[in-house]
Amino acid sequence: MTVFSRTDTSLLSDWWWTVDRWLLMALALLIGLGIVMTFSASPAIAEKLGLGSFHFVKRQILFIIAAMIAMFGVSLLPVQWVRRFGVILFLAAVILMVLTMVIGFEAKGSRRWLSIGSFTLQASEFLKPAFIIFSAWMFSEVHKSPEFRGWSIAIFSYLIVVTLLISQPDFGQTILVSLVWGAQFFMAGLPMIWVLGLAGLGMAGVFLAYMLIPHVSDRIDRFLYPEVSDTYQVDTALNALRSGGIFGRGPGEGAVKKILPDAHTDFIFAVTGEEFGVLLCLVLIGLFAVIVVRSLIRNMKETDMFVFLAVSGLIIQFGLQAFINLGVNLSLLPSKGMTLPFISYGGSSMLSMAIAMGMVLALTRRGSGNNLENLNSGWRKS
Amino acid sequence: MRSADLHIEGVKHEAIEVARNRLMVPAFLFVLGFGILVVRLVSIGIFEDISDQITHARPVTTEIVQERVDILDRNGVVLATNLSAPSLAVRPRLITEPEETADKIVAVLPDLNRTSVLNKLKSSHHFLYIKRNLTPKQVWRINALGYPGLILEQAEKRIYPQGNLASHVLGYVDVENRPQAGVEKFFNDHLSNTVRSNDPLYLSLDIRVQHIVRQELAFAMNKFSAIGGAGMVMDINSGEILAMTSLPDFDGNGSVQPASSEMKNRNILEPYEMGSGFKVFTIAMALDSGTVTLNDAFDATEPLKVGRRTINDDHAKERILNVPEIFTFSSNIGSSLIIREVGVEQQKNYLQKFGMFEKTVVELTGLSRPILPAHWGEIQSMTVSYGHGIAVTPLHLVTGISAMINGGRLIPATLIRKDTAPDNDYYPQVISSETSQKMRHLMRLAVEYGSGGRAHVKGYLVGGKTGTAEKVVNGKYSRQDKITSFVGAFPMDNPKYVVFAMLDEPKGIEETFYKATGGWVAAPVVGEIIKKIGPLLGVLPKEYIETKYHNLILVDAGK
Repeated sequence: MTVFSRTDTSLLSDWWWTVDRWLLMALALLIGLGIVMTFSASPAIAEKLGLGSFHFVKRQILFIIAAMIAMFGVSLLPVQWVRRFGVILFLAAVILMVLTMVIGFEAKGSRRWLSIGSFTLQASEFLKPAFIIFSAWMFSEVHKSPEFRGWSIAIFSYLIVVTLLISQPDFGQTILVSLVWGAQFFMAGLPMIWVLGLAGLGMAGVFLAYMLIPHVSDRIDRFLYPEVSDTYQVDTALNALRSGGIFGRGPGEGAVKKILPDAHTDFIFAVTGEEFGVLLCLVLIGLFAVIVVRSLIRNMKETDMFVFLAVSGLIIQFGLQAFINLGVNLSLLPSKGMTLPFISYGGSSMLSMAIAMGMVLALTRRGSGNNLENLNSGWRKS
Repeated sequence: MRSADLHIEGVKHEAIEVARNRLMVPAFLFVLGFGILVVRLVSIGIFEDISDQITHARPVTTEIVQERVDILDRNGVVLATNLSAPSLAVRPRLITEPEETADKIVAVLPDLNRTSVLNKLKSSHHFLYIKRNLTPKQVWRINALGYPGLILEQAEKRIYPQGNLASHVLGYVDVENRPQAGVEKFFNDHLSNTVRSNDPLYLSLDIRVQHIVRQELAFAMNKFSAIGGAGMVMDINSGEILAMTSLPDFDGNGSVQPASSEMKNRNILEPYEMGSGFKVFTIAMALDSGTVTLNDAFDATEPLKVGRRTINDDHAKERILNVPEIFTFSSNIGSSLIIREVGVEQQKNYLQKFGMFEKTVVELTGLSRPILPAHWGEIQSMTVSYGHGIAVTPLHLVTGISAMINGGRLIPATLIRKDTAPDNDYYPQVISSETSQKMRHLMRLAVEYGSGGRAHVKGYLVGGKTGTAEKVVNGKYSRQDKITSFVGAFPMDNPKYVVFAMLDEPKGIEETFYKATGGWVAAPVVGEIIKKIGPLLGVLPKEYIETKYHNLILVDAGK
């Protein structure tokens, strides 16, 4: 790399020499694979909907360009600006979600989207990374000034977020947000007795949802008792993987994508399996695993609590989302609307993921930890 | 740095240590989780086969299930198939605005009467049909009206793409697809079995031959102002019928009047007196039984008086004729004299063996019995010898003639394609193969020198026998109305096909010197048919071969 000289101290040069270039490369690879997979998975759906064959491909490429700009922009931010951005985004997302409840439109039985021109905005996608930043701030602030009621604020804001998500209803996101928030809380030093209590509460919540929300009980029943219920999507997805075998049927040769309802979003992995085979699927899983595990291990060296919790939370969210999507595709988990980060079609999820990983890149820049030390925190008792 | 700060620093370090340790848990879980994903992916993607029931094959192979099985000709040309033609019905109780609905229905289906549609919409019935067999466009427009009370019921319409061409063989179905005639009726168990949807019925018909036969017959019918006609082509070695046409005919696609004369398949339904065609049987039985030889001669100088009857020759030679001459010049006197030698019992025996006493066998309904003389004495025996006083269907004649020249085996006619070579030993030997050889030559002589001359086709060695009989009208023979026929075969050195043509009440025209005999009317039809189907059926034209017995015939005598 001779684009930037080490002695060049401009903003871009500085960014290049401090950013986690391996992570950057892995993300670029992921996005590249995503484009290929959208090419193979989306035309059939687009044709079925009476749109041009490459309708979704074109839009996805637009989203990717926007997402890359956002990711790059966010990754340039210093740590305190990441925090400010996160908090502002959190407030904006909460307001948008309230708006969604009022003026959003309904699709597939839930109210999750706001429409802006020909695009739709899923505010809950942006809520996720913003809430992680906000929580990380609250949890870390406690360690700086013990009398600060960070935990209470965190719990209160968590309840607001969960209420908003359940009212949509969006059970998958609720679980995801809860798990990530729980993990952050756990790492922030939650006493073990509380850990057990919260885990019990979580289980009770899931059980309650299963009992009270028909949509949820339906999904879980289908997973638990496949022989008596309609598991068309998952069966179809599994058949796609079986038909692909090791090397796949070849690009464009997939037959299952024509009958799989969410081939370009939630089940894009299965379509990939059919056309490109188990080998590419292994590469994909490997890529996700490497990004997640490597980032977590690298994070161990982090000394600042906020950065530590924020990066852990963002990476756990990224990893969980990938794991849940892949698990559903492989029929290991009950089906829920979870997109595969950077791969599935969808503007909101792509942009939110880009912002999240932009934040990770910004927070993990070498030497960035020092930035916070100089920060004059308002709550710090002097 | 003050002590409180130091304390906080210490807590911070302790806290970050806890956090680091606790991060090991999610990190470990992720490693485990992705590991499970890999194992699951490999086990499904590499070691499992596609589950049998669903998804994968579905978009690729859609089994077409039809209400009725297709009927094809021997080469796979579609003779009968189905089109989707839904029926429009109404559930009157679901109709809220009958007037408006009726207007819109009539706008889509202008041939409907608005009042009757309105009555149906307002009726108290639960369910009523409005119209059958809608076109796809009409279906689309009815659906577009969006009335939940209008029902489009899936239905299939039987379609005969060839129209009239093979109507009598195929038969037809009524509006509810119930078979009414033809192979549609005979093979209904197969044709209505939806499980056999993709197992079409292959007929023995060759639609090209069928077309030629129908065309030539229609041409002659028109030329001689006949009221009807019948024609057939049969493979003499297998009994397969390549063409069977009866005129006038009908179009199974349209509305069919069941009792009309168009519905009559003259090939099987009505027995006719076949006239001289029967002389083939008479000569064959005489030769086969050893009663006469080819060199025997009979006196045909004068009409033969038997009891009150006088038997005349149409083409009287007024001399002594030998057996080939009797056949070639179609002498009634000669054939009567021969049968007197054969005897009544022997004649009846042979005719029974030739299948003339029973219904013919073919895969159609409505086959007729022959009409035999009520009293079969010497006189009847003589008239039967030249085809009078006995009435059989054309199919009887064609099946019998085939046996006379195929080596002597009576093979039942069939309308179904035979895919395996026929096993000759299976069929009864009704005359010896030597007699059969002789009959080939005699039939060739009749075309070369006798009344069948107009059936001659260069290169195809046509043989045959004309037949002219007076039609029985109201129980009496009519001088005017004739049934004229020609039964031919080719190529006579190794015959493959019998070709039959018959015209009902042809009128003589100037060109035929106002004669309407088999030789003038039916023989040219057969000649034309052979000229056209010979190349089609792959029969190679041959050099002219002098008939074996030509020296037995005194050609220039007479006329």
